[in-house]
Amino acid sequence: MNPVNYLYLAALLFTIGASGVLIRRNAIVVFMCIELMLNACNLALVAFSRIHGNLDGQIIAFFTMVVAAAEVVIGLAIIVSLFRSRHSASVDDASLMKL
Amino acid sequence: MENLIALLVAAPLLGAAVLLCGGRRLDRAGHWIGTVLAAASFVIGVVLFTGMLGKGAEDRALHQHLFSWIPVEGFQADVAFQLDQLSMTFVLLITGVGTLIHIYSIGYMEHDERRRRFFGYLNLFLAAMLVLVIADNYLLLYVGWEGVGLASYLLIGFWQHKPSAATAAKKAFLVNRVGDMGLSIAIMLMFTTFGTFAFGPVLGATGDTSEGKLTAIGLMLLLAACGKSAQVPLQSWLGDAMEGPTPVSALIHAATMVTAGVYLIVRSGAIFDAAPDAQLAVVIVGAVTLLFGAVVGCAKDDIKKALAGSTMSQIGYMILAAGLGPVGYVFAIMHLVTHGFFKAGLFLGAGSVMHGMNDEVDMRKYGGLRKYMPVTFVTFGLGYLAIIGFPGLSGFFSKDMIIEAAFAKGGTQGWILGCVTLLGAGITAFYMTRVMLLTFFGEKRWQPDAEGHEPHPHESPKSMTVPMIVLAFGSVFAGGFFSIGDRFMHWLEPVTGHDHGHAPVSAATVTAATMVVLVIGAAIAWAMYGRRPVPAVAPRGSLLTRAARRDLLQDDFNHVVLVRGGEHLTRSLVYVDHTLVDGVVNGTAATMGGLSGRLRKLQNGYARSYAVSMFGGAAVLIAATLLMRAV
Repeated sequence: MNPVNYLYLAALLFTIGASGVLIRRNAIVVFMCIELMLNACNLALVAFSRIHGNLDGQIIAFFTMVVAAAEVVIGLAIIVSLFRSRHSASVDDASLMKL
Repeated sequence: MENLIALLVAAPLLGAAVLLCGGRRLDRAGHWIGTVLAAASFVIGVVLFTGMLGKGAEDRALHQHLFSWIPVEGFQADVAFQLDQLSMTFVLLITGVGTLIHIYSIGYMEHDERRRRFFGYLNLFLAAMLVLVIADNYLLLYVGWEGVGLASYLLIGFWQHKPSAATAAKKAFLVNRVGDMGLSIAIMLMFTTFGTFAFGPVLGATGDTSEGKLTAIGLMLLLAACGKSAQVPLQSWLGDAMEGPTPVSALIHAATMVTAGVYLIVRSGAIFDAAPDAQLAVVIVGAVTLLFGAVVGCAKDDIKKALAGSTMSQIGYMILAAGLGPVGYVFAIMHLVTHGFFKAGLFLGAGSVMHGMNDEVDMRKYGGLRKYMPVTFVTFGLGYLAIIGFPGLSGFFSKDMIIEAAFAKGGTQGWILGCVTLLGAGITAFYMTRVMLLTFFGEKRWQPDAEGHEPHPHESPKSMTVPMIVLAFGSVFAGGFFSIGDRFMHWLEPVTGHDHGHAPVSAATVTAATMVVLVIGAAIAWAMYGRRPVPAVAPRGSLLTRAARRDLLQDDFNHVVLVRGGEHLTRSLVYVDHTLVDGVVNGTAATMGGLSGRLRKLQNGYARSYAVSMFGGAAVLIAATLLMRAV
């Protein structure tokens, strides 16, 4: 199977994720969309690895996973404390950082 | 011997410190402390003088290096004193007349509760003036120069509760500041030109310096001299300075401080000799002031202001003589010394008259005082004869010499200067005769004052009359003593040099001409004030008289040109500042403010809109990268 198709899939997944981040208000969904973008990147990296016939892309994908895991921990903690204090998971409600 | 020089200054400085810091407990002894320390300084001066007389003419100068003041790489400022014949002359004049005036002040200031402070200021003045004349470099001279300016300010404004005195003090200080600016610029120029400001190196190196630089230095020194010595155009402060107590007018504004400008020019003679343009400027200033002061002196009814005009005029003589170069230096200093005697004597006499007349200064309210104040009359009269140049008295010798030297300048200049000095001598005879007639002759014209106190003219106490008698002796004999065998000339010659010049007319002719103008001047004064009664209120007078009463419109000139001009200048500067400078600054700030007001709307707090900008930015960056690659 032509590995370029995986790149098309990765681009599609990334676009879906990016649109979700921009459009959805619910913090959990936004968060999931970020995960989607990260995994789209991973898919692209693995595909590049395959195309070029070396392991560089796969190694970077591992790094991405580690970063994503750390991000999940912190991100979910923020969302939980946000929900506790405001009883809402909407990202638009947390708009205090403005003039 | 050298070590005594610092003591000259130390004695009055100690007096000033003790009297000004000592507080009220010194009130009863303060005047004695001040007088004794001034006298001590005089005694030290006499000791140094006798020591100096014992040596040959060439190695009389003494040096004392006290300490290095500012030792920096390439810049050496020392506190070092130099006592040569010129400085010695000044030291004796300053401490001698100073001591006499201290004694006089004991009586004159007897009823003033701030007498201790007065003596402290007088001692401060003596110390500063001595530093001025015995400094061996221009920077230390400048210290003394500022010191006498300060003392003058404090003493003119001594009766500061009178607004007129406070204003006069401020005026003197401000006008002097203009002159001081000249001196400081001259010193800076000297440093850049010669790399030092010690007298020896500076005055010795004038031969290898460009004339332009020397002219600049000379003109700045002349500006300084104009300020301190009340010469045109910085003369306006001297008349008002008469607000100070009379001993101050006698010591500072007649005998010593105002002659500092003459000292400066004579001391810097080498610079002026090498810069003829600057020297010509000195002569012109002297000639103009000599007539200016004399004309003002003719119109004043205030006895002290008439004498102040006379001082200005006599210093004009000295400046003129100093501007003649080696022909005149010796005579400038000789006239300075004799003037120190007779003008101090005249001022003390005026003070004595005021003392007996309830501080009345208007001569039109005196009249016939010779019967009531015989000692004052005689001493004042001798001073009067000395200043007009009556044959045989001090002024006769010194002024005659200056007139001869002016003629000896040669060419048209010589004739002009000679005639100006002759005319000045005539006007001097007129105004001094007028003062004399108004004060001591004629009918008594005094009236009870507003509270009904009629003045009871009486002779002043011994402490006041004795200094007047001593000064009268000086007025009578000093000139003759100096002139016999040209003593004074031989004494000063090693320092100032001397050149006889080529007089177009013989000395006897000049003397005869001087006598003629003297008699004419005195006769006119007698015809106007001696022969007929003097009105108690001044008549309106001619245009010139009215102008002279207003000091020949000097204050009006200063007001219109400097004050108004300055106001207009500052106003236009303020306008430019408000519109142009502030416009640019405020405009920039307003633009920035408006711009950021719009930009801050981007900060709306919505995380998603930030994400949009991030995505947008990333998209633009990628697009740009790809585009660059494609190209």
